[in-house]
Amino acid sequence: MQFRGRIWILDEDDINTDVIYPGKYTYELFSEEEMASHALEDFDSSFAENVREGDMIVAGGNFGCGSSREQAVTCLKYAGVKAVIAASFARIYYRNAINQAFYPIECPDASRYAREHAKELEKSEISLNPQNGTVAFGEKVFNFSPLTDKALEIFDAGGLVAYTKKKIG
Amino acid sequence: MGSTMIEEILARSSGGESASVGDILFVRPHRILSHDNSAAILGIFKKLGGKKVWDQDRIFIALDHAVPPPDAKKAKSHTMIREFVREQGIRYFYEGGTGICHQVLPEHGHVLPGVVIFGSDSHTTTHGAFGAAGIPIGRTETASVWALGETWLRVPPTIKIELNGEMLEGVTPKDIILYVIGNITADGATYRAVEFHGPVTSKMDMSGRMTICNMAAEMGAKAAMIPFDSTTGEWLEKVTDAEYQPVLPDDNAEYERVLAIDCSEITPQVARPHKVDNVVPVSELGETRIDVALLGTCTNGRIEDLRQAAAVLEGKKISEGVRLLVYPASKRVLKEAVDEGIISILLESGAQVAIPACGPCLGAYGGVLAPGENCVSTANRNFKGRMGCKEDTGIYLASPATVAASALEGKIVSYF
Repeated sequence: MQFRGRIWILDEDDINTDVIYPGKYTYELFSEEEMASHALEDFDSSFAENVREGDMIVAGGNFGCGSSREQAVTCLKYAGVKAVIAASFARIYYRNAINQAFYPIECPDASRYAREHAKELEKSEISLNPQNGTVAFGEKVFNFSPLTDKALEIFDAGGLVAYTKKKIG
Repeated sequence: MGSTMIEEILARSSGGESASVGDILFVRPHRILSHDNSAAILGIFKKLGGKKVWDQDRIFIALDHAVPPPDAKKAKSHTMIREFVREQGIRYFYEGGTGICHQVLPEHGHVLPGVVIFGSDSHTTTHGAFGAAGIPIGRTETASVWALGETWLRVPPTIKIELNGEMLEGVTPKDIILYVIGNITADGATYRAVEFHGPVTSKMDMSGRMTICNMAAEMGAKAAMIPFDSTTGEWLEKVTDAEYQPVLPDDNAEYERVLAIDCSEITPQVARPHKVDNVVPVSELGETRIDVALLGTCTNGRIEDLRQAAAVLEGKKISEGVRLLVYPASKRVLKEAVDEGIISILLESGAQVAIPACGPCLGAYGGVLAPGENCVSTANRNFKGRMGCKEDTGIYLASPATVAASALEGKIVSYF
C-alpha cells in the first residue's frame, strides 16, 4: 500500500492536543465535519480551510502531548489527513491513533530532514508506504519500523470499534 | 532479576506470574474512570455493539469538566450520562459538584495499592500516589474496556526518580515536580513508568504525592507511582475498609534510568508559557503582571493547598484588578475548608469561590481568559490557548503559595 500526498511541515516539538483540538470543543458532541473544521485551530488557523484529502503532516518530537482527547486524532482524520510523520509521539496520542486506524509514523530521520528543508519541501508531494516502512521525499527515502503485533491487529480491523465489535461477536 | 512496581502490578492485573519490559499483556482494571466525556464514550460503546457493560461495579463516572453546565448542549450530555448510568446500573456515579474525578476516586475508596486504574483522562497518573498504576487511555479504548473488561498494554521500562535532601521552607511538592519536569523535559518519560523514591517522597503527605503523580503526565509518563508506606495506609484507613495487597519494587528491580534530585537546592518554581517544561525559579522570572490567579484543580485543589494559600492571604486583600478564582477539588475539601475558616479567609481577601470542578483549567467555561491576559495557576498545563483564549495570553504554573502571593501583588512573586 502506497500513499501519495502533500505535506504540511509543523516545525515544532511538543505540539500538544490543545492546539490540535482546543479544550473548549472537547465536551461538545460535534459531527465529523465540525471536528475537521477545528483541526489545528490554535496552531495554524488557516490549516482547516486549506487542508486537502490525502495530505500528510510532518512534525517534531512528542507530537500530541497533553490531554487524552481523541478528537486530536479524529479531527485530522476527518479533515482528510492520511498520516502524521513525527520524530516521536506522546503515548496516549499514539494509542488513540492506532485505535482510529490513523497512521502515526515514528520516523525521526524523516522529521529532521523535512524540518531542515522546510522551505522547499512545504506542500510538496511525498509517498508513504506504511507496510514496508518507507517514506520518500523525491529521491530521499527514509525507513521506519512498521506497526507490529497488537497494534497491527487493531489497525487491520479498521480500528478499535470494528475490532471490539468482532470480539463481542 | 526483581520486578519494578509496574511489572508486578501489570502481572497481577493480567493474571500472570510475572511480567518483563516489552511483554504485551491483557490487563483488567480495578476501576475505569471517565467524566463528562462519558457522553461521547457511551455513544462509541453503542456503536461498537455494546449492550451491557462488562461489570457495572468497576465503572466510575464523575461529572466535573463542565460543572454546572454552562450551556444546553453540555447539560444534555450530562442527561445522557445519567440515563446510561441508570440503564446499566453503574454503581459508582458521582453527580456534578461532588468534585474532580481524580479527587473523588481516592476519596471514595476506589484506589487501592497494587491495582490498575484506567482512566479516560490524561491525569489518571494521579492515582499512582497510592501505589497503584493509574494509566490514561482514550475514549474509544474506554468504550472497548466497558464492553470487554480489558485492553492490551506493553510493559514499559521504568525511570526511578529519587527526591533526596530536604525541602526548603516555603517550597512545596508543586515546586519540586515543576523542577523535575524542567529537568527531564516534556517527553522525558514518554512510554515509560516512573517511580518516585527518596526521603523527600517518604516524608511527603498524600496531597503532595498526588500533586507529584498528577504532574508526571506532563513528562509523558504512562504511569507514575510512589511505593505504599504508613502514610498511604493511614490515609486509606479513613476512606475504605477494603483489603489490599501493596506492591513494592524489589531491591534488585531493573531501572532504565535513575535520576537523583537534590531537593535542598530547589526554590519556588514557575513554568512559563507555553510549555510545562519551560521552568525557572520564580526569582529569575522577571516582572510578570497577572490578571487571573487560579487556585485549585486536580493538581492543587486539596485542603493542604487551600491552607497554604490561606496562610499567605490571611488578613490581606488581593491586588485591585486581579481575579482570584478558587476551585476546590471536591465537596469534601470545600466542606473542610469551610469548617476550618479557610473559605472565609479567601473570601475576605477578595477571592471568588466556585463549585468543586475543573473550572477554566481546560478552557471550556468558568473563568476563561480574555485576549492579552496572563494567569498564574496551580493547574498542570500552560499550553497556548489552554484557558480558552490563545490571543496573546500566558499561563504560568506555580504552587498555591506562589499563586496566593502573586494575587496580592498583581505580579508573579513567591511568598518566601
